[in-house]
Amino acid sequence: MKIVAVCGMGIGTSVLLKMNAEKVLAKLGIDADVEAADMGVARGAAQTAEIVLTSEELAEELGDVPAQVIVIKNFFDLEEITEKLTAAVE
Amino acid sequence: MALNLAEALASIETQAEAADWRTAIRLAGAGLVAGGATTDAYTDEMIAAVEKHGPYMVIAPGIALAHSRPSPAVLTGGLSWVSLATPVEFGNAANDPVTLVIGLAAKDHAAHLAVMQALAGVLSNSVAMKRLAVAGTADEVRAVLGELAAAA
Repeated sequence: MKIVAVCGMGIGTSVLLKMNAEKVLAKLGIDADVEAADMGVARGAAQTAEIVLTSEELAEELGDVPAQVIVIKNFFDLEEITEKLTAAVE
Repeated sequence: MALNLAEALASIETQAEAADWRTAIRLAGAGLVAGGATTDAYTDEMIAAVEKHGPYMVIAPGIALAHSRPSPAVLTGGLSWVSLATPVEFGNAANDPVTLVIGLAAKDHAAHLAVMQALAGVLSNSVAMKRLAVAGTADEVRAVLGELAAAA
């Protein structure tokens, strides 16, 4: 499964989100490739990814993509990430 | 032992006063400049990033990760730490108000992963974050971060 973590710049928030998503995926036993990307790269990457992880503001900016877009409020709340990822892969 | 985040911090300012989010980001930017990590232009780039993309950098309750992208304004890269005496609204419905601004500058997309790991470890530790929020001096912040690194 391909997952893209998106932020405006691709060096900060998306990297943190990727790290925490990988932790959660490992715990759930889901085999997935998580990529951190900025908005420009993400518009392309989101065409082939199954899931996009991002914040509310950026989900609006990203617009319509074929991937399932998951909005994360607290990037350090592993429970929130677990809950939303579990719901998305089911 | 994990990387000690204190060693990656170009500057630490505690209980600073900022009237609004722009001033708060300017403090974080000034810390990066003082530590030799960036030039003043990077501070403007961080503010422009929020103006363009909205306050998404408020990534958890009370925590803003101010940053822009790698640019000529990034000299060495690094982090700055600014805790605020009075919380500031960034306009992020889920996570306002902000009490801690971390300034982040990176030379490229890969170089700072160890630092980001350490940062994620600190910011996701709610017990440590409570101590860090009330720390009154840079030495207190360094002491807490040192303990965390030693325990990790």
